[in-house]
Amino acid sequence: MSDNAFTRRLFLERSLTLASLAATVPCFIERSALGMLGNPLLSSQPGVPDHRILVIVQLGGGNDGLNTVVPYGSPDYYNARPQIGIRAPGAAAQNGQQAALELANAQGIGLHPNLTGFKELYDGGLLTVVQGVGYPNPNRSHFTSMDIWQTGRLDAKGSGWIGRYFDNTCNGTPIPEGAVAIGRTAPLAMQGDIQKPIAFESPSLFRWLGEDLHGAMKDPYDAINRAGAVGGAAAGTQREFLMRTALDAQVASDKIRAAVAKQPLVEYPQSGLANQLKTIGAMIRAEMPTRVYYASMGGFDTHGGQLGPHANLMRQLGDSVLAFQNDMKAQGNEGRVLTMVFSEFGRRVKQNASNGTDHGTAAPMFLIGPSMKAGVCGSHPSLTELDQGDLKYGIDFRSVYTSVLEDWMKAPADAILRGKFAKPELIVAKAKA
Amino acid sequence: MPNPLQPLAKKDFDYAAAQHLLNRAGFGGTPAQVRALVELGLDDAVDYIVEFKGDGALPPSAEFAGVMRPDTPEERETLRRARAAGDEETILRLQRERQAREKSDREQLAEMQKWWLAKMISTGRPLEEKLTLFWHGHFATGYRTIENSYHMLAQNAFLRANAAGNFADLVRGIIRDPAMLKYLDNDENRRRSPNENLARELMELFTLGEGNDYTERDIKEGARALTGMTFRGNDFFFNAQEHDPTPKTILGRTGSFSGDEFVSIILEHPVCARFIASKLYKFFVNDAPTPPKDAGDAVSRLAKDFRAKRYEIRPILKTLFRSQHFYAKDNRLSVVKSPTQLMVQTIRSLGTPTREMSALSQAGDLMGQQLFQPPSVKGWDGGRAWINTATLFVRQNIVVYLVTGRRPAAFDWDPSELAYDVSPLIAHLRDAGGGVDPNEAVRALATFALGGEPAPERLAELEQFLGALGGTVTDDRVKAMLCLIGAMPEYQLC
Repeated sequence: MSDNAFTRRLFLERSLTLASLAATVPCFIERSALGMLGNPLLSSQPGVPDHRILVIVQLGGGNDGLNTVVPYGSPDYYNARPQIGIRAPGAAAQNGQQAALELANAQGIGLHPNLTGFKELYDGGLLTVVQGVGYPNPNRSHFTSMDIWQTGRLDAKGSGWIGRYFDNTCNGTPIPEGAVAIGRTAPLAMQGDIQKPIAFESPSLFRWLGEDLHGAMKDPYDAINRAGAVGGAAAGTQREFLMRTALDAQVASDKIRAAVAKQPLVEYPQSGLANQLKTIGAMIRAEMPTRVYYASMGGFDTHGGQLGPHANLMRQLGDSVLAFQNDMKAQGNEGRVLTMVFSEFGRRVKQNASNGTDHGTAAPMFLIGPSMKAGVCGSHPSLTELDQGDLKYGIDFRSVYTSVLEDWMKAPADAILRGKFAKPELIVAKAKA
Repeated sequence: MPNPLQPLAKKDFDYAAAQHLLNRAGFGGTPAQVRALVELGLDDAVDYIVEFKGDGALPPSAEFAGVMRPDTPEERETLRRARAAGDEETILRLQRERQAREKSDREQLAEMQKWWLAKMISTGRPLEEKLTLFWHGHFATGYRTIENSYHMLAQNAFLRANAAGNFADLVRGIIRDPAMLKYLDNDENRRRSPNENLARELMELFTLGEGNDYTERDIKEGARALTGMTFRGNDFFFNAQEHDPTPKTILGRTGSFSGDEFVSIILEHPVCARFIASKLYKFFVNDAPTPPKDAGDAVSRLAKDFRAKRYEIRPILKTLFRSQHFYAKDNRLSVVKSPTQLMVQTIRSLGTPTREMSALSQAGDLMGQQLFQPPSVKGWDGGRAWINTATLFVRQNIVVYLVTGRRPAAFDWDPSELAYDVSPLIAHLRDAGGGVDPNEAVRALATFALGGEPAPERLAELEQFLGALGGTVTDDRVKAMLCLIGAMPEYQLC
């Protein structure tokens, strides 16, 4: 912890210098200023508050928003979902199904009984529920709707919104390890024209696997890939570029694997999402230059018999995010991190004949961190005024992006989202320059 | 200034030059195949490749079929009634049937991706596949948007049939291609509500290049010319009622232009030939950010020739592949292998087994190139954009997989037990007693696999590696060295 505190202090001093430069100096000069400071920790782009990190958690398959944030105050909810509706807080358990968790200052809405982690965060003023998030002319295809969320465009085309955030921040060179996705492939959201994400399923795979073949392979491999430019490869040539990137890859692999080798400060539950967040937590603790991390969990496409499986997902989600937030707090990094949870769509209001739900539209998002205006944002969508059996959205997801981009990442949202969107007041803490 | 497109002196078409040609105009080849090209000589070698004299091999599976179809009138009527009656069960049933079709269509696409890769690996006309891949990236169309694998297959067949033919035919065909019409929303480009998507990309990405001598107004007017060009089922359909026949002014010309006339006007513009020639140059000759000094001259001459030959592709490729410029030192090993090139060339040149096609398909995705799924209408950026710290590990690891069959832990790639016979790579080095000099083996393997002279540091590493193991050249040690060579940063170039 002590060396961590030291580097943190160093970090803040540097970002102070940088922030004052950022307002007036073109970015190519700032970059050379960075070079003069010579702090290897600071490979981020000038103009971006260095201490701020965004963690995105994607719920794939279409999370049932109505059984996540439960509108128990509305009889229509129970009419539409006689078998799968979650009972109001205080009700006795029935067939093993617990009642919803009550939320202070939130009339008639509660949380899924297994979201005890979210409840704890909410009670601690660390969680915001954004209700009824969606977009016009909702698309009910998983792929298209996910692409719409990830590109931040209704035509679902082009680069990812996080990719464009990086591209926009300073045109030119990408930030090494700027965007990291834990998963087999990097999400479209992180693909920019310039910035490309790093993705790995497990840090142990972010390395050369040939060394497993025989003990004699490692040394020559290292020599080859860590040599930098050899054979008279001139600066700027393809060979030199590749040799440099190969060295970068070795360094990044070392850093990441060393980071995750450390025991975390808190205990994480056993689940896929928890493992991803644990890796992310370790990388944050190691002061990686990463600005945006991406984690994801699937299984939310609950067309039939959804109560049990959905309850398990809720347990994983709430407990994993809570553990991560506790980790951030233990590290002293709590204030640097904002976590955002979303799904490509919610589900049909009415349950179907198989005690499941079909693809729907608007659903809640969650934002977690001490800089949030904690509580509930927006009103719950009407359960009776529907569009083809689906909820009408109240807040455009790009409005939430706008808030995150402008008030958290300090980036020009209009340029990134190619349009202006109403900005809900979600983030209260201003950047500590 | 000498003409960079002057033919190479015949005597200079040596082993290295032939290998360079085979890598660039195809996906590499074995030492025996390279030697065969040398023996043909420059002119015949280029003709053999550019005229597709080999066997095409591997037609698409007869089982590939149109899975996706529009709803039948009966289905539409059933749905309408069910909606009116609030019959949720029927609505749900129809929806599920459709979802089942979508699922099997995605499965078919996965089979198509494997088929195309297998075709690239086995074809005797590598340039045909390489050009098809080039045009796929140029007229980029993504499955995820159109959700119809059969249309993607039809487009693939169209691009292949015209791959080395005439560029004008490609453009005229692409605006009648159902996959493209759907991808760029021209099926919604109607007289009273024009959609500019296809008109814009037609000029910006397919023919003239961004901002090259056309205006927003040209796009708007061009979009009107394209109204009514749509498809029904699997076929192009011109919906005359939705076509806007009123006069348009495009690139300074006025008339009641049709979509085809719009294309003709674009093709008359001189920047078109230059735009396509420079894209071909980047793909086949050099994709470094700073190409050699005479690159601009070479592209200009190529473009001039392209225009004079009325967009015939074959003649300019022949000129290019025979030119001194193509074989110049600065243009050797100056293209970053695409993920597909990396895998197919490794298999074709080192002679590894193909192993599991699904593993290759998945690796392609991890390295940023999923066939039939370019990231956007801009296609793949190529060049250095392929390379970052994450893709580099996958690139190195896929070579390990191809050479050894070892499944990298935690990936769901199937391990492969197929035997890999490395003898063709070193057979010519054996002395009378069957022995191989280790240093000679190191030099020969590295030079061949890297497609050029390795840096002395690299040779020293490999010699030391072999020496530490006792110095004898065994099959396993050859494979180990191939894994190390495949992990060299230079291996990413061709």
